[in-house]
Amino acid sequence: MRKPPEPVQVIKQRRDEALSKLVGRVPYIQYLGVTFDRRGDELTAVLPYADKLIGNPLLPAIHGGVTSAFLEITSVISLSWATLWDDLESGELEGDSTAFRMPKTIDFTVDYLRSGLPRDAYARARITRSGRRYASVHVEGWQDNREKLFAQATGHFLMPQPRSDKS
Amino acid sequence: MSDKVNIARQFMEAIPHSRDLGMVLTEIENGVATITMPYDERLIGDPETGVVHGGAVSALMDSCCGAAVMSHPSNPGATATIDLRIDYMRSATPGQALSTTATCYHITRNVAFVRATAVDEDTDNPVAMATGTFTIEGQRR
Repeated sequence: MRKPPEPVQVIKQRRDEALSKLVGRVPYIQYLGVTFDRRGDELTAVLPYADKLIGNPLLPAIHGGVTSAFLEITSVISLSWATLWDDLESGELEGDSTAFRMPKTIDFTVDYLRSGLPRDAYARARITRSGRRYASVHVEGWQDNREKLFAQATGHFLMPQPRSDKS
Repeated sequence: MSDKVNIARQFMEAIPHSRDLGMVLTEIENGVATITMPYDERLIGDPETGVVHGGAVSALMDSCCGAAVMSHPSNPGATATIDLRIDYMRSATPGQALSTTATCYHITRNVAFVRATAVDEDTDNPVAMATGTFTIEGQRR
């Protein structure tokens, strides 16, 4: 006989807890103030505006390094989240802290399409390929208008390898 | 300390994000700039090891490349990043400051081409290298 489906609140709570554990562990994400909105398995990163993020006080515009960091954070968290998802859904995640290890950036290339305005920014990543060792990610960032990207990036990542004592 | 370095230092301190990360411009002349950034626990990207997040390295690289462009003898008025690629060759050692040197090796009326290298205390083994293109906006007299 099939198991009855879990109550929706239980599912939501489990997913949100895993996401906040993943994001909350990284001091740099907290420093920039990046948060993640979740709809099912889809993540949207949010960078709330703050004065300390300014790189050009005359325009004013968000620092190019902040833009790059924001897109890189979105990529890394989206990658970890995607690899975590199956274990999370099957309930195998319980107590497995190795599942929260981060991929390492190999290279990251950012196109600056418009200057970052002094307001909130959003980003979504698409995993173009995810292998056992390497992954390739494309990420888009926008502000007021989803169609008008202010930056996009592609990056390659080295996936965390399973610990040898856990074959 | 030369006037140019002084002005550049003030310029650096006028950038809120660079100031917040404690970046210090130590050298700037003829299209070459060097900026250092102290180790800071707020910048940790991997909580297991204490290694600084790649994003913080890109903020340092981006600032340094921009400064190199501004110091080019052709006196560009302002600059903005068009594209920046960073290769992360190894993890920065936790607890050590990072230092980046950028060179603006070619410039046209509209575009500047820049390379940069970031190191920690082990200066023979770069942490990251960057290649970028930057816009040229007007000219200072």
